[in-house]
Amino acid sequence: MSEVAVPEMMMPPPAMPAAFQVEKPVPGPGMGDFSYVGIDAILEQMRRKAMKQGFELNIMVVGQSGLGKSTLMNTLFKSKVSRKSVQATSQEKIPKTIDIKSVSHDIEEKGVRMKLTVIDTPGFGDQINNENCWQPIMKFINAQYEQYLQEEININRKKRIPDSRVHCCIYFIPPTGHCLRPLDVEFMRRLSKVVNIVPVIAKADTLTLEERDFFKQKIREELRANGIDVYPQKEFDEDAEDRMINDKIREMIPFAVVGSDQEYQVNGRRLLGRKTKWGTIEVENIAHCEFAYLRDLLIRTHMENIKDITSSIHYEVYRVRRLNENNTAIPCPPCPMIPHFPLKPL
Amino acid sequence: MTTSDIAQGDKNARPLSLSGHVGFDSLPHQLVNKSTCQGFCFNILCIGETGIGKSTLMDTLFNTNFENFESSHFEPKVKLRAQTYDLQESNVRLKLTIVNTVGFGDQMNKQESYQHVVDYIDTQFESYLQEELKIKRSLHNYHDSRIHACLYFIAPSGHSLKSLDLVTMKKLDSKVNIIPVIAKADTISKSELHKFKIKIMSELVSNGVQIYQFPTDDETVSKINTAMNGILPFAVVGSSEEVKIGNKMVKARQYPWGVVQVENENHCDFVKLREMLICVNMEDLREQTHTRHYELYRRCKLEEMGFTDTNPESKPVSLQETYEAKRHEFLGDLQRREEEMRQMFVQRVKEKETELKEAERELQGKFEQLKRLHSEEKSKLDEKRRSLEDEINTFSKKKAATELLQGQSFNTNANLKKDKDRKKSPEMEAKDVNLTCDEATNQNHNCCFRNL
Repeated sequence: MSEVAVPEMMMPPPAMPAAFQVEKPVPGPGMGDFSYVGIDAILEQMRRKAMKQGFELNIMVVGQSGLGKSTLMNTLFKSKVSRKSVQATSQEKIPKTIDIKSVSHDIEEKGVRMKLTVIDTPGFGDQINNENCWQPIMKFINAQYEQYLQEEININRKKRIPDSRVHCCIYFIPPTGHCLRPLDVEFMRRLSKVVNIVPVIAKADTLTLEERDFFKQKIREELRANGIDVYPQKEFDEDAEDRMINDKIREMIPFAVVGSDQEYQVNGRRLLGRKTKWGTIEVENIAHCEFAYLRDLLIRTHMENIKDITSSIHYEVYRVRRLNENNTAIPCPPCPMIPHFPLKPL
Repeated sequence: MTTSDIAQGDKNARPLSLSGHVGFDSLPHQLVNKSTCQGFCFNILCIGETGIGKSTLMDTLFNTNFENFESSHFEPKVKLRAQTYDLQESNVRLKLTIVNTVGFGDQMNKQESYQHVVDYIDTQFESYLQEELKIKRSLHNYHDSRIHACLYFIAPSGHSLKSLDLVTMKKLDSKVNIIPVIAKADTISKSELHKFKIKIMSELVSNGVQIYQFPTDDETVSKINTAMNGILPFAVVGSSEEVKIGNKMVKARQYPWGVVQVENENHCDFVKLREMLICVNMEDLREQTHTRHYELYRRCKLEEMGFTDTNPESKPVSLQETYEAKRHEFLGDLQRREEEMRQMFVQRVKEKETELKEAERELQGKFEQLKRLHSEEKSKLDEKRRSLEDEINTFSKKKAATELLQGQSFNTNANLKKDKDRKKSPEMEAKDVNLTCDEATNQNHNCCFRNL
């Protein structure tokens, strides 16, 4: 057991969760090493608390119809989480305006409960005139921030404010193989300021590996040229270790994904894939597509980080803006006793 | 399973079963990792009389020497001394703040003793509230100084609680998690201890003091917590000295009649305290502080300032209206005060003006007077000068004449002198009347005249 030291010491970098920590037994009375205080038992306590409370995750999928958004969601969470599976309607009419539809599910894995909300945006990019198609989406995202803000400034607040803020927005890029379209650039430019955007190349099984690499490079260049900061954002890297990991990810985005919720027999194993006459594309095989990277990024390694950035950066930016818009009307000397409460939305 | 198609943000989530391993069971691990990076923060307040063993217990609890110094018994008021330490164990960093009361229970009049403690706790809540209400805030980097646990040290009299104890605990129970401990428990025997504990708990209950109850809702810890709830208050012994028992060095206190081992469960409840405070419930203490005590403080503070969620007809009042009303009030107040100040200023200016005018007039009068005096004097002096000049003139004339005469008298002989003298002397005598100076010449002449 290491000694307890009084002066500050450098924190060893956090390990990547290749293997999870072994659950420590709750120390009973009488079990004491003489130099052991037990401060690290707080990790166990936090874990217990987190398991009891459960987690919340809100993902928004944006892209034109037919790009495989629902299928990808189903593949990511290995169950029928998309709106289509929930809706009773079988017809697929393209709506006249953009709808925002969200569906919530309670899922559980190994004792960890999560409330997953998938927010779908049918009608995006499908009209003839697509100017301002990001507006309803912006409005929705800001409305969630507003709701959280109003809850937070209540006098009697709930013990745990329900978090409906959009944590992550997956943007589907059609696999043209050339470059980003003006619609893509415009949308991502506006929304990368309010929400974490993860761009993916949809239906990547239409691109060969060389085309894919070329396409990705073009996309990265265009993103850089337009000043679009997608997740993981460079400015939010916390330390050198973080930067190293995130740099590797940044070299791979956008992930070229293929979604599927059907299983096929490949080499004696049942795998998720797409069966065609010229072969079977295995979804979870990284030689075939980058679905596994996306899943690891979103769920296994960076989920907490995504939520963190949403709550501590994007939400705070919104809050500052909101609180300032009220105060510029009447110049009032800064008085520490009067808090700055925002107006109700107009 | 009815499907519920949802428009924006309704919470009718349907349970779903996964058909494969997704991987979000690593979420708690990610959360823990993030917290480990950030480090933890824990603040303990120790209240107890001087010399009851607070610092020693802290040293023993955290297994370090916190560099304390003994306080005197002659403090005029109760003070609080806070010290922050950075501890690390395996890969967990803890920022520990220990707040000790100095001079508690030492004064002759102990009526105000608890007030300083209450004020300190409120100040910490206030600074957190201010940070939370700021526009540009950084809650993640904020050093949380709110007190998470309060160890109240009860003196081992063996009888009952002192009235100071009861009063203080009653004031603090809604602001902080109180964990009462019996200090210096090696002065009480086992049977006395048992009776003492029962007496203390019954007194606390009958006075309505709500001490911290270890949480019993989580199955993993509910059994141990319930057991511990029955052993409160913990009878502790602290020691930073080590004694050799068998072949190990243990923390203990050595007496001629035996050795009290701190970490021996049969001797005292120290190990239980450490278990409960640190190993099992630290996170819960922090959570209770944040969700219960801090929220209560916040609610009271904001209501005091006039903000409500619902107005008298119990319709939700938008904060905008309250805020606007307050703002109007405040601005009106400001304007009024500005007006007042302006009036006062104008008045003062007027007064000053009249004063100055008075002074000016006075000065003017004086000036005139002085001028007059000056011109009078000047004219007098002029006159004098003129008369003086006249006299000088006549004198110089006389002088010239006398000299002339003298010259003439020397040139001629005595007779002539006599004659001329005789002639001249009446003239001279006549002139003598007017001559004021030059007696010498006259005398000369008279002498000459006599000599003759």
